[in-house]
Amino acid sequence: MAMTVHVDIVSAEEQIFSGLAEFVVLPGESGELGILPGHTPLLTRIRPGAVRVKPQNEAQEELVFVAGGLLEVQPSLVTVLADTAIRGKDLDEAKAMEAKKKAEEALTNKSASIDYAKAQAELAEAIAQLAAIQKLRKRGH
Amino acid sequence: MAGGREIRNKIKSVQNTKKITKAMEMVAASKMRKAQDRMRGARPYAEKIRRLAANLSQANITDYKHPFLVATDKVSRVGLIVVTTDKGLCGGLNTNILRISLNALRDFERKGVTDIRVTCIGTKGFGFMQRMGAKVVSHATQLGDTPHLEKLIGPVKVMLDAFQAGELDAVYLAYSRFINTMKQEPMMEQLLPLSGERLGAASDHHWDYMYEPDAQVVVDDLLVRYVEALVYQAVAENMASEQSARMVAMKSASDNAGNVIKELTLVYNKTRQAAITKELSEIVSGAAAV
Repeated sequence: MAMTVHVDIVSAEEQIFSGLAEFVVLPGESGELGILPGHTPLLTRIRPGAVRVKPQNEAQEELVFVAGGLLEVQPSLVTVLADTAIRGKDLDEAKAMEAKKKAEEALTNKSASIDYAKAQAELAEAIAQLAAIQKLRKRGH
Repeated sequence: MAGGREIRNKIKSVQNTKKITKAMEMVAASKMRKAQDRMRGARPYAEKIRRLAANLSQANITDYKHPFLVATDKVSRVGLIVVTTDKGLCGGLNTNILRISLNALRDFERKGVTDIRVTCIGTKGFGFMQRMGAKVVSHATQLGDTPHLEKLIGPVKVMLDAFQAGELDAVYLAYSRFINTMKQEPMMEQLLPLSGERLGAASDHHWDYMYEPDAQVVVDDLLVRYVEALVYQAVAENMASEQSARMVAMKSASDNAGNVIKELTLVYNKTRQAAITKELSEIVSGAAAV
């Protein structure tokens, strides 16, 4: 039997692949990487592209597309932490800027101190409503 | 006493309300299962990245210490990420979160925190924080039924950047933790700096990784993703909590409507009977008089 390594491909939203494999090919940041069982520990980023996994006892290779992410290799374990979105420093920066701008636009009321009394009153009202509903409900039974 | 027609109208209207709450209950029930699946789907990633981060914090990397791992003694500026729902009608879910957030904010202020920045995820929290005049630096609303990491990256990065630039000493995260369908708990935890406790024990083996292109870049990327995964997990749990809470709230609303209908029907029948009796006695006494 051929040597195998446990491969996990997960994204933040779901588990994509988990099982034993004989060979994995990934788009590493500095070139295509082929990982065989017993590889030295490695931690690297991967570029968007296809991950090819050759599962144990199966002729057919599994093909998974990832939008980049991180790769961790231990001698008996390969973990791909796949991104769900295309990432990039500039892209992330743009997203943050956009979020900031949106918040600033929304923040018409710029009083720096928090109006605790108002917030407290608002919450108290909501809690009172809930309590009333609960009381009503109890009475109904 | 109210006339028969008025009571009948009232019954009709309560019946319509009941139909709506019943429908909402069923919609929430079906969404709840999917939301719970998604919450569980996010766990393998969170677990793997946690383990990796724990391994890394143990590994002897060249004297590089990522800012996320460095704790400051004096906390005078904090960030808070509040995760709420976009829609209401889910019982006390949002109220509970906002209450603990508010208490925490007041605590911070008492302890001499001068700068409080808030990131809101979900319309409800955003509206609340805006009304009470908190400094909202970023927000994400209208997330829909499926949480997408893509929508969270920007707003969360605003916080992370501020922390990394030394503008914040700690970042907290408040969300509804999903325990089971009947129980959701408002939670407040420290997101940054990452505590060793939170990372958990690394495996005994010390891995000395090869880093490509270099350690710093990889660690930076990893820790940012780890924090994002934590926020994502919180959002996914919050969504599962939302659907469960809504289902329970709508179920009790339907039950209440049923009770009201029962009571009103009783009143209606009594009124009807009284009217018939009255009419009968009028006829009888009329006949006797003739």
